[in-house]
Amino acid sequence: MLLIRHFEERLIALHDDGAFRGHYHAYIGQEATGVPALCSLAADDYIFTTHRNHGHLLARGADPGRLFAEILGRRDGYNKGKGGSFHSAAAALGFLHTSGVVAGILPLATGAAYASKALKNRRVTLCCFGDGALEEGAAPEALNLASLWKLPVLFLCENNGKYGAGRASGSSQSASMAAYPLTDLPRAYKIPAREIDGADANAVYATVSEAVEEVRGGAGPRFIEAQTVRWPGSETNWPTVPAPTNVSLAWDVNFVPDNAREWYRLSDPLLIFIRELIEGRHATREEIARLEHEVKDQIEAAARFALASPYPDPEEALKDVFAS
Amino acid sequence: MRELAYYEAKFEALREVLAADERVHLIGGTFLSLSPHRKLFQEIAERYPDRVAAPPISELAFSGLATGAAMAGLRPIVDFSTGSFIFEAWPQVVNEAANAFYMSGGQTRAPVVFHLFHGLRGGGAAQHSASPQAMLWNCPGLEIVLPASPRDVKGLLKTAVQSDNPTLFVDHVQLLETRGPVPEKDEAIPFGVADVKRRGADITVIATSYMVQRSLAVAERLAGEGIDVEIVDPRTLVPLDFPTLMASVEKTGRVVIVDETHQSCGVAAELAARIAEAGFDRLKAPLRRVATLDVPVPYSEPLEDFIAPSETRIAEAVRAAVR
Repeated sequence: MLLIRHFEERLIALHDDGAFRGHYHAYIGQEATGVPALCSLAADDYIFTTHRNHGHLLARGADPGRLFAEILGRRDGYNKGKGGSFHSAAAALGFLHTSGVVAGILPLATGAAYASKALKNRRVTLCCFGDGALEEGAAPEALNLASLWKLPVLFLCENNGKYGAGRASGSSQSASMAAYPLTDLPRAYKIPAREIDGADANAVYATVSEAVEEVRGGAGPRFIEAQTVRWPGSETNWPTVPAPTNVSLAWDVNFVPDNAREWYRLSDPLLIFIRELIEGRHATREEIARLEHEVKDQIEAAARFALASPYPDPEEALKDVFAS
Repeated sequence: MRELAYYEAKFEALREVLAADERVHLIGGTFLSLSPHRKLFQEIAERYPDRVAAPPISELAFSGLATGAAMAGLRPIVDFSTGSFIFEAWPQVVNEAANAFYMSGGQTRAPVVFHLFHGLRGGGAAQHSASPQAMLWNCPGLEIVLPASPRDVKGLLKTAVQSDNPTLFVDHVQLLETRGPVPEKDEAIPFGVADVKRRGADITVIATSYMVQRSLAVAERLAGEGIDVEIVDPRTLVPLDFPTLMASVEKTGRVVIVDETHQSCGVAAELAARIAEAGFDRLKAPLRRVATLDVPVPYSEPLEDFIAPSETRIAEAVRAAVR
């Protein structure tokens, strides 16, 4: 979780320095969903994710240097610089295809699950998407197929709806959906669905692990909606950092700007998890601070690697159109 | 060589690819159209109940499902039935399948076959007569196959299933009864190899799909008028065997391109552009296109005939080019 947070914050700085073009989507604020969810999988399971993929890749053990390199369009990127932030994929880690179209992966993940069922290899496919994906027709069509054919796919909807107020009052943020709560949609297709607090890493791990084993056992698809709170810097496609994360914010937010203080105090899943670790005596402040120091060094080294990686030869653009 | 009907050759190919490779799955079941021949297909569906799926009317999801299954190790063949229905699946075909290998930087292959019946089937009107292959030719990453004979449909389907790329298998219901020689032995016809369907000296007709058969009929008539037509069938648009097409054009110096996609930005337009770029100075007459006129396809028979690349229009274009 720390690695993801510092990766994304460093990425924002790289963008502000003009190191890459285009817009991109940070995973800040959803770490307590992605990390335990990805930790629930077996080594050969598949994961399909979207434009907001950096956290999922890193949670699966992706090399932050190669991920930075991909986003910077460099030769050493996971996709040789052909995918960028939106399409970062690492097939060796189970990420076969990452789509920048919000619901594009729901049919594809359902298909990977179809293959696993046909090949009887007991692989589970985890499909990670945001609440917006449910607004596209591909989503309900895929839910129907997955349920109809009892396919081993776990749909994980990370609801990062705009308004924290919705969550504070205990409801879904679904200003754009008549289906409310969002879990009504999978339930209409007879897919067992659960809603959980995406900022509660332990709850996410317990719920996703249980669902993964049900899916692996042949029970058919499952749907989990994790409620996350969009962090204050991701209102636009060009994120900003209200205050660089420092683990000491877990116990002292006094130097944070007013507009972000509530988020760090109540909603930041990383800080919530750190407070839990300390209160449960699983780690000390000093240990966590030391870990953060190591993570920051790792991220700096990764950024240096990416910045030093050459751009691909222009003729590389003509390769990889066809497999053979 | 034995002679088979087109639908028999196609059925044989389906049976053989299913028997040869258990990764082959069929998603959908109108490969032999809704004609009475669909009963043949029942034999396959009953023999392979776990590998022949009857999906709901969800083109978007089942085309994506097949693509995802291809990424994860299967070799699915998806049936859209009528070509117009692929429009319901556009995001998965053109934005996911076509891009998958490229944007993953060569990590992920999507060996899926998208099967459809294109073109004027007779009375299909605007929403059941589409020939989407020109639009799809504008999407790098898709292979496009257009069989025109019993031998080709069998041999090209074999290759489509073996291909590591997403492949559009663009068929035509008007071909189903066509008879022709088909070898007994297993034959995979490679992509990117054009076929000279008729030798001739005076003019080259480049024709695709059902237009090959129609052009062959016209060529017989024109032979009586003393015009010796050569007919070249590219068989696959992607990859395209341009050298064979161009060799024929250079030999005759005259070319008419007959294709059922709409005229503007159609298959004939692209082939005409390439020929003009490569050998404008080898042409003895302006190149001509016979394509579907640029209007939505009308229902009424005389209206449909009027906009179609009909025998009359093909013959007129050939006569004009040799004049």
